[in-house]
Amino acid sequence: MYSEKLMDHFTNPRNVGDIPDADGVGEEGNPTCGDVMKISIKVQDGRIVDAKFRTFGCGAAIGVSSMVTEMVKGKTLEEALSITKEAVAEALDGLPPQKMHCSNLGADALKKAIEDYRNRQGAK
Amino acid sequence: MRYFDHMATNPLRPEVLDAMMPYLKEEFGNPMSLYALGQKSKKALEEARGQVAALIGAKPQEIIFTASGAEANNMAVRGLAMASKAKGSHIIVSKMEHHSVLNPARMLEKEGFAVTFLPVDKYGMVDPGALEKAITKETVLISVVHASPEVGTIEPVEEIGRIAKKHGVLFHTDAVASAGYLPVDVEALGVSALSLSAHEFYGPKGAGALYLKGGTRIVPLIYGGIQESGRRAGTENIPAIVGMGKAAELAKAGLAERAGKLARLRDRLVAGVLEGIGHVYYTGHPEHRLPGHASFCVEFIEGEAMLLMLAAKGIYAASGSACSSKALKASPVLLSMGISSQLAQGSIVFSLGTDNAEDDIEYAIREFPAVVKRLREISPYAGGWGGVKETGTCIPKN
Repeated sequence: MYSEKLMDHFTNPRNVGDIPDADGVGEEGNPTCGDVMKISIKVQDGRIVDAKFRTFGCGAAIGVSSMVTEMVKGKTLEEALSITKEAVAEALDGLPPQKMHCSNLGADALKKAIEDYRNRQGAK
Repeated sequence: MRYFDHMATNPLRPEVLDAMMPYLKEEFGNPMSLYALGQKSKKALEEARGQVAALIGAKPQEIIFTASGAEANNMAVRGLAMASKAKGSHIIVSKMEHHSVLNPARMLEKEGFAVTFLPVDKYGMVDPGALEKAITKETVLISVVHASPEVGTIEPVEEIGRIAKKHGVLFHTDAVASAGYLPVDVEALGVSALSLSAHEFYGPKGAGALYLKGGTRIVPLIYGGIQESGRRAGTENIPAIVGMGKAAELAKAGLAERAGKLARLRDRLVAGVLEGIGHVYYTGHPEHRLPGHASFCVEFIEGEAMLLMLAAKGIYAASGSACSSKALKASPVLLSMGISSQLAQGSIVFSLGTDNAEDDIEYAIREFPAVVKRLREISPYAGGWGGVKETGTCIPKN
């Protein structure tokens, strides 16, 4: 059902947790319907230097979250915003079709975290 | 491997395979053929019919073999309603039913029947009083499951049988999950029709049966030859039917002892899970339930993730969560019991069987809390649901 790579990220998820002094936090999904992902980022000089996640959801949702936080580290905000759902799925060697939309929320949660960061910067 | 998914399917018992083997090999005759080879198959078919009838206290001629429990359910709901069309066009099914009862009922609705989907209480139990009130002059059929494979609850089938009889309404029960675990007697239950599936009691896949009380009219699902007294066309699957017969005979023998052992193992599992894990709900009826059935909802985490982590430890179980279903919808049975959709996401079902030993239960009690702890470390809700609001509809995220 799931690729070996996804199972690896599900069984040994990277970057689980919260960043206490995060510069941006984004959440996507609804637990009454399916999966929820919460991503926190730390930004320095326009680059994401740390990312952590918490996820409520299935194996795919947890694997996607882990992969997104890995992909995003060291990227500029622009580069991070260009990460698509498809790119995340590809990095995991694919997702089952029915999981493609409902569990693939990592890129969306990341976008929201970056928006949150920018809003906070604008407010300063 | 610790297999706790006996509601999904079961392995063949070795005696069943032995009984089937000749009919997979040299005894390949068609029971319709007049020569000896065919007549041997015919004899095996009728012997299996007798064995299945004996399991449920029926007469052999009241057994119609089908290819599955789902086919038996479809045939009962659709076939009995269609045969009674002249009398009335209302049927009652409970919200605990399997898709193979619910979907034919929905199909009948499209074809002009009125269908009452009867609500259940928090234990998943049908209220016979409410059922009686739902009966109208138009009601021709009631279908209520004997015991739920999802939450284990045993429905008050005897009482519903009496109500159905009093009002002259046909009554079908789906006994797929209960046969082999509970005594199933068609007279005691007061049913006009009852569904069985062989692989649920250690028989082969591809064999099911519908009990149909003598003199009850039914419209077939499959038209063709005159097999099964013209009620189900198609050359009989003799090896599977022979296997079903043998499995039925074995299921009947020592049932009480087997159920007692399963209930003891189940009670140990339930006690261990409730003790070892916080924020966990035992779903279904605490007493009136299948002996080997333990179902839970674990808060703040999701069922499919639990299944995968348990499977990595060699523990095989089931879940009714949205994410673990192909349709990506939470189990309608759990929702109909008033369980919130986020709690239903944490559904997990352990269904025990004769191959489980105390050691398996102790292993599960040790490992399951560790899985829950790990997933809660990942979950954003470990400290509670916070402001999560129940939404009426879930829109697919594209």
